[in-house]
Amino acid sequence: MYRSWWKILSVVLLVYTFTAGLLLKVPHLPALEETIRNLYFHVCMWFAMMILFTVSVINGIKYLRTFNIRYDIISRQYATTGIVLGLLGYATGAIWMSYTWADPNNPAFQSFGALAREPKLIGTAVALLIYFAYLVLRDSIADMDKRARISAVYNIFAYAMLFPSIWIVPRLLPSLHPGQEGNPAMNFKDVDSSMRVVFYPAVIGWTLLGVWITTIKIRIGLLKEKKWQ
Amino acid sequence: MKKSAKIFFLLLTGILSIGRLAAQGGETSGGLDQTMRSSGRIYVVVAVMLTILAGLIIYLIRLDRKITRLEKE
Repeated sequence: MYRSWWKILSVVLLVYTFTAGLLLKVPHLPALEETIRNLYFHVCMWFAMMILFTVSVINGIKYLRTFNIRYDIISRQYATTGIVLGLLGYATGAIWMSYTWADPNNPAFQSFGALAREPKLIGTAVALLIYFAYLVLRDSIADMDKRARISAVYNIFAYAMLFPSIWIVPRLLPSLHPGQEGNPAMNFKDVDSSMRVVFYPAVIGWTLLGVWITTIKIRIGLLKEKKWQ
Repeated sequence: MKKSAKIFFLLLTGILSIGRLAAQGGETSGGLDQTMRSSGRIYVVVAVMLTILAGLIIYLIRLDRKITRLEKE
């Protein structure tokens, strides 16, 4: 457990998130009620995903500058963990919206039809599918250097596509999802200060957990790499 | 790759079945839907937390198996 202070920090922050996140007072809003606490879980998944994808693209660029295969492994593993967190964000969002946006008096099919038109849902689905394609592209190229180069370039495109699909387009269209005007959860006006006390540590905690998982995967990748040489 | 696809579909069907159950509850306004909406809808938060936990655990089990396979080689 060399240089593991940040792992401990991650655990401490997550324990704090789960206890303070459930126990502290939150502003009471109609329709949301206690589900507002999902801010510490659902929203943090997306924040962590975005941070991990950023690290991934930085390492992709580093690979293109140095052609050191190490950066390629790092870039790939950060992207996969980002995808996992994105899927979790999607799944938790699906549960959350079933009990807040969906109208219980409507037939299920009808209310699903209304929800499936959410631009944010479509946008994130597009972004995640682009990242799935990144993994498929990688695994379909046998030559190691070629694979690393092509996937690093594709990674940059995939990262660039994140911005229109999850940051810009959903803001231009009418949506039920909050954060229409400005950055959701980052805006000081729309997140109550009592929630920010938990929210920011939660973001850091979840991100560090994602980094922890990724470092384990990177270590495996490097070991595999060493074995093959 | 096959295993991961299996796990992915398992997760997907799980999510879909939760949604379908909720929808069925919505039609009769009872069952799971009523439970989820009681106590200020705190059960929605519980479901979200459990989803994240389950997702991370499934992911870790996959990683664990991958390392085991690598060790055997």
